[in-house]
Formats: sequence, structure tokens, C-alpha cells
Amino acid sequence: MNETEFLMWVRGPAFQIATIVFVVGVVVRVLEILLLGRKGNLAEARGSATAGGLRTILTRMWPDRGTLQRSTFTVVTGYVFHIGLFVTIFLSAPHILLIRDVFGVGWASLPTTIIDATTVVTIITLLAVLVYRLTNPVQRFLSGFQDYFVWLVTILPLVTGYLAFHRIGMTPPMLLAIHILSVELLMVSFPFTKLMHAFTLFMARWYNGAIAGYRGVRS
Amino acid sequence: MAKHKSLLETLQHQGISRRSFLKFCASTASLMALPPAMIPAVASALEQARRPSVIWLSFQECTGCTESLTRSHSPTVEGLIFDAISLDYHHTLQAASGHAAEAARTAAMEENYGNYLVVVDGSIPTANPGYSTIAGISNRDMLLETATGAAAIISVGSCAAFGGIPHAKPNPTGAVAVSDLITDKPIINVSGCPPIPVVISGVLTHFLTFGTIPALDALGRPKAFFGQSIHDRCYRRPFYDKGLFAESFDDEGAKKGWCLYKLGCKGPTTFNACATAKWNSGTSFPIQSGHPCLGCSEPDFWDGGGFYKPLSTPTEDIAATLVYGAAAGAAAGVALGTLNHARKTRAQQAHAPVTVDDLEKGDGQ
Repeated sequence: MNETEFLMWVRGPAFQIATIVFVVGVVVRVLEILLLGRKGNLAEARGSATAGGLRTILTRMWPDRGTLQRSTFTVVTGYVFHIGLFVTIFLSAPHILLIRDVFGVGWASLPTTIIDATTVVTIITLLAVLVYRLTNPVQRFLSGFQDYFVWLVTILPLVTGYLAFHRIGMTPPMLLAIHILSVELLMVSFPFTKLMHAFTLFMARWYNGAIAGYRGVRS
Repeated sequence: MAKHKSLLETLQHQGISRRSFLKFCASTASLMALPPAMIPAVASALEQARRPSVIWLSFQECTGCTESLTRSHSPTVEGLIFDAISLDYHHTLQAASGHAAEAARTAAMEENYGNYLVVVDGSIPTANPGYSTIAGISNRDMLLETATGAAAIISVGSCAAFGGIPHAKPNPTGAVAVSDLITDKPIINVSGCPPIPVVISGVLTHFLTFGTIPALDALGRPKAFFGQSIHDRCYRRPFYDKGLFAESFDDEGAKKGWCLYKLGCKGPTTFNACATAKWNSGTSFPIQSGHPCLGCSEPDFWDGGGFYKPLSTPTEDIAATLVYGAAAGAAAGVALGTLNHARKTRAQQAHAPVTVDDLEKGDGQ
């Protein structure tokens, strides 16, 4: 297999396989959680579960003061790399083309210099997050193999994307193929790891908020 | 005999002034990324150079490479440099045919054994020797025979360099590149469909000046011409960086000359000198005329997933994959959910409450 064939395989069958694993995995896991069901609440409602659920989904976007003061580093780096991932994934021109090719909708892209700078900031932040995880005794004690694996599959597309954009180390078709392959690794790992939080987080927030809302209190 | 004239004598005979000759040397030296101090060395070497014997073999090709090199640039110095080599065999251009032509090839090989250059355009069929023959000799046999006494081989065009269009799927003739058959000779790949004329004259100039083959990249192409991507040298690159793209061939972006990435431009993955050397005596190149780069100087460019499909998009129908995947996931999810539910119910039914008596019994033992 030469590098053009490799790139074609990565853009074609491999992307298809990754998409199937990703979609089937995510749908199965979400349905498994939802279909587990909950017993009906016999207590009289003192407020709206729906309003409580929606409110909590929104309010948990911002950290409460106590958490921010206690874990400033974790909160700030968490925001930086999540926003960085959003910008690099959804506002870069080649990625928007991919989205438009699949879903038929697209939007304006940001200039490459901004995407480039955001990528560098995100990579540095993720490296800082790893160093913190390794040096902080509590975090280190709580971390298992999956935490490091998830960190790796998250940073790999950023690093390979940066190398592909700047054409460092290998031929451009090879760099592009490796970048796409790293994304495919992320996609197939997604449903089976903590990366699922991208979907389950909203369900969890809703659940907490709805319980509190039903009881007439704020979560 | 014209064959024993130096290159400068030949050029002077054809009415090329020393000024034009030095101008050519300067531009070639700069194209080859040589320092200005090397220009006199290039000029002096070319002045002294004896016309090297060149055997040009055309196999599975469309003659586009020969057209590119001989016709479009014939009034230029590059064209005359090309005339100034001793082209002893080229079955498209030579007057002789049949056995007389083959005799010329054999004679050139014997006379210049170990010193002649072989230029190949076209791929070589391996599935059946009968697919392409010249004077009853299969392309494979002719290449192997001619290559034995060659100083170096120049594979002109993507067909000779990488297999090109004949090698495209499903490759019915079993077409291969020169480098797939010849492994014991220096091979310079001058890829492109067709290659830029100035690149071939640059490679010849290098060979005449230094007597060696130029520095090559991983794909055997001269780095001086294939060292940078079309994208990196493209005059539309600033539009890519600003995120300004033509969305179709007749929208505002296209009229304003914005980046053609979204229309499938392969500039980012293509290495060639089109954006700098340009075509038709430096007039233009495909992107300048409003068309995306096809990536013709790269291996298997024909099978690269569509000329008008952007590089970052998948080649398969991912929207359909998503729909089927979601449907399969939903079915599997419902099935697993039902199983989980049944397990939960069974666990609840099997649940035996612990009474105070049970606990006391345990205590007593």
C-alpha cells in the first residue's frame, strides 16, 4: 500500500468503520442508560422537573465560586482546552467541509492563523493537564489507564493536525492520512471510554436538575 | 559532425546570443536553487559540454510529455538546449522508422555505452508483453536492454515516474513505473501530466554542468523543482489563510480569485514548480486560470478520490453510513435495554429480605 492508497483507505473504508463504531456505540450506550428507567415518583410535585432540568443544564456551564477557588487550575485549563477543541474542530475550513459533505450544512470558517494559534494553546494546555495529573498526588492516585489513554487520543488529532498543516516530518499525503487516522482512533474509542461524557453530561445535568426541580429546590 | 560541437557552438549556430545564453544560465541556476556564484560555473560547463547522447523511449503514453517539451517551448532557449542534446532515438520525432530506427538506437547504445542518457515517457505494461510493442519488441524488453549501458534514466511524466493514468484502477495492462523494473541505475523522476518543460531542461543542465544527478526527494524527483508544494507557493494562499474560498466556479469568490480548496484543489498535497515556473513561457498555471490543481505530479493522482472533492472530505457516503449506523445502534440499544430490564426484574424477584431472625442466627454461630 503506497501513501496515496493509504490516504484513500483512511478517507474511505476506515472512516466508514470508525463512523459505524462511533454511532452504534454512542446510540447503544445512551439507549441503555435511558431504557434502564426510573420508578415513578409518588410524591406530590412542588415545582417543575422540566424547568429544573433545563436550568441545571445551563447553570452548570459556569463553575460555582467554591469549585473555582478550590481547583482553579483544573477549572481554567478545562475551559481552555474544551473551547480550543471546539474552535479547532468546528471552525476550521477543512473540517467544516467535512461536516457539510456529511450533513449538508456548513458555516463560515475562522482564519488559519487563529486556528493555528488555538491549536498550539490547546496542545500546551493538555500537556499542562497531564503534568498536573502526574504531579498532584490526589489526581495521580485517582487516575487509571483509561484517563491517560483518553488524554492521548484527544491530543493526537491536535498534534497530527498541526504537523499536517505545517507539513513537518513527512510527505503531506502521509501527514493528512495520519491526522485522519488519529481522529478515527478517537472516534472508535469514544463510546467505550470516559469520552462519552460529551453526551452523558447533558443527561446527568438534566437528571440532577429535574430531581431538584420536582422537589421545588434549586440544584 | 554536429554531434562533436559544444553546446555553446550549437546555440550560436542557431542564432542564440551569449547574453541570452547567460540569462538562461542565471534563471536555470536560480530555479535549481543554486547560489549566484554558481552561474559562471553553469555557463562554463554548458559551453564546454559535448552533446550527450539521449535515447528517448516512449511506452504507454499519450505523447503529451513530448508535446510539452518540444512544441510549446520550441522558440525558447530551453527548447534549443533540448535540441542541443543528441537525440539519437525518439520514435515520435525521428524520421527513421522500423528496423532503421532500431538500428539507430543500437548504434547509439554501442557508441556511448555507459555514458548515454535514457529518457522514458509512458508506463510499462507487465500483464501481457503484447499490450505495447515497438518494432515487435515489448516495452519491458526494450527498457531493460536500453538501460544496461545508460549513465542515468530520466522518467519524464507521471506515467514513467509512477505508472500514471495506465496504472489507474483497475490497471488492465499491469502498468508499472520505470523504477519498478530498473533498480541498478540512477533514476530521476520528472513527474507531471505533463511535466513542466523548464524542469526537464533544468535536470539536463544539472547533468551537463555537474555530471551528476541532482538531489532527489523521497519519490526520486529533483528537490530543486519538487521541493515545495503548490499550496505553499500559490499566489492564492493568503485567501486560504484568511478563510476566503470560491464555493463554485462562477460565484463571487471565484471571480475575486479566492482559494480553490473547497473545489477540490490538491495543491496542499502536490509538489511541483507550477506556481513558480508556470506554463507557456511563464504565462499562467492551472490555479491562476481558475481551476483547482489535480495533483498530477503525485503518485496515483487519478485514484485520489475525485478531482473536485476537497481533500478533507471522506470518499465514501458517510451520511448513509450514519443513518444505517444509528438504526443499527437503536435496534441493538433497545435489545440490550430489554435484556437489562429483564435482568433487573429477575434480580428484584430473586431478592430475599433479611429478617431479624436471620441476623440472630448468624450471630449465634
